[in-house]
Amino acid sequence: MTTYPIDQIRADFPILGETVRNKPLVYLDNAASCQKPQTVIDSIVHVYSHEYANIHRGVHTLSVKATDRFEAAREKVKEFINAGSTKEIVFVRGATEAINLIAQSYGKSQLQAGDEIVISAMEHHANIVPWQMLCQQIGTVLKVAPMNQKGELIFEEFEKLLGANTRLVAIAHMSNALGTINPVERIIAAAQAKNIPVLLDGAQAIPHMPVDVQALGCDFYVFSGHKLYGPSGTGVLYGKQALLEAMPPYQGGGDMIRTVSFEKTTYAGLPHKFEAGTPAIAEIIGLGAAIDYVTAVGMDKIAAYEAELLAYATEQAEQIKGMNIIGQAAEKGGILSFTLDHIHPHDIGTMLDSVGIAVRAGHHCAMPVMDFYAVPATARASFAMYNTRQEIDVLMQGIKSLIEVFG
Amino acid sequence: MFEDLRDLYQEVIFDHNRNPRNFRVMENANRRVDGFNPLCGDKLTLFLKIEDHVITDASFQGSGCAISTASVSLMTEIIKGKTEEEAETLFKQFHEMTTGKTEQVNLEAIGKLAVLAGVREYPARVKCATLAWHTLDAALKNQQEAISTE
Repeated sequence: MTTYPIDQIRADFPILGETVRNKPLVYLDNAASCQKPQTVIDSIVHVYSHEYANIHRGVHTLSVKATDRFEAAREKVKEFINAGSTKEIVFVRGATEAINLIAQSYGKSQLQAGDEIVISAMEHHANIVPWQMLCQQIGTVLKVAPMNQKGELIFEEFEKLLGANTRLVAIAHMSNALGTINPVERIIAAAQAKNIPVLLDGAQAIPHMPVDVQALGCDFYVFSGHKLYGPSGTGVLYGKQALLEAMPPYQGGGDMIRTVSFEKTTYAGLPHKFEAGTPAIAEIIGLGAAIDYVTAVGMDKIAAYEAELLAYATEQAEQIKGMNIIGQAAEKGGILSFTLDHIHPHDIGTMLDSVGIAVRAGHHCAMPVMDFYAVPATARASFAMYNTRQEIDVLMQGIKSLIEVFG
Repeated sequence: MFEDLRDLYQEVIFDHNRNPRNFRVMENANRRVDGFNPLCGDKLTLFLKIEDHVITDASFQGSGCAISTASVSLMTEIIKGKTEEEAETLFKQFHEMTTGKTEQVNLEAIGKLAVLAGVREYPARVKCATLAWHTLDAALKNQQEAISTE
């Protein structure tokens, strides 16, 4: 950890200096949303103060500047995930909208009744419900690959589901409820051997590890900006160009057309075909600033630092009697989901909040995962690039105290 | 460590959470309603025996946080022997106390239930305390379908 500039990083995030209920904030709800570095906040202020106008519209100076900055953010995203072209980078509101876009555009145009979509047992509702909606609309069938008690995909069972009717695999790169990192290389190899396209839900993975979509070879990759230290309301859909070309627009409106008459409309090329209406201009420019920020630190370094944090937190948690870690996959990102004997997660959440610690308590938009472990909810501490061992100590001390209080 | 929470988590609440009262299935109940809080997954089933408009017995089953468990446990204690009308009045008073809509709640009238007044300061937890009472309200109105706090 010696080369990791943790003090500088913490100083870059102004909110980390806040107090909550008169205690220093210990923010461990990063899997829900991450805090923002000053450079991201500044970039938004700068756009609105100096360079704001609508994009792709006017010949006037501000519109040109805003357009340049907006398209520069697209270039940054392309570089960040190593896409082949900016044509493959579609800006959306978040990972949820990206999956809905794929379900409604790709799904409705390329799939038909009886075709099967394979997901896993650890998906977020955002990678379940859009497919259920599609199934109701056109009669496709949803198949769910099971996981084991540790929260790992049972690969052999997954492979068995890839049949003659399978037309799409849609799976989390990393689970938000358990922290499991799925074996995406093997998943993609197995699916593509049968010509089945693969969508990776990267909402959780993207802030925690380097992602190279060309090396992975996935067909779609989606993520949200707000989990990558960027503004809310931003998200990215990466799709292979040939697939995106074949897909009809998701929404109609301005900016996604080439010509419009009352008789016939022709659509714009990629990626604008999928970007109807005025997007979150300043926020997407802010996402570009977030990518600059994490890139300057280095995704490899962030991944290594967070792995040490998780290992430390896990080791501490295992020593607390009555604390049960939910999700113990061998390959895991910075998420510690847990329950305490005889103490409901909501009580854990309120009690920890009273001493300044922010954790999530609930079903984490993954009710099937809660059902699998037969718990109504879990508490979840999730780590980011700016968390520290000292914060984990504060968390563990808080947990020990509340176990005592509840007796 | 949790000094700031003393108003919310009073000893009575820990006591009822550890040892919930009337925690049993009532075979001869003539009212039975399920309550559900989708936000946190709290579930309870309330059983009532009502004879001549008087609640002669009350019990519950289910799982939830300390606030919701203590709330339903206390409720089953206090409503026993009350008329339906008296129970409805208690429901309204409890609702007003926990949502803080009036400062003139007569804490004496609601007795032990006053220990739950602290949730007023925790908007995220108000539903934990009121789930039991909304379920009671439905049972008194003889509604059959499950109650949700959403």
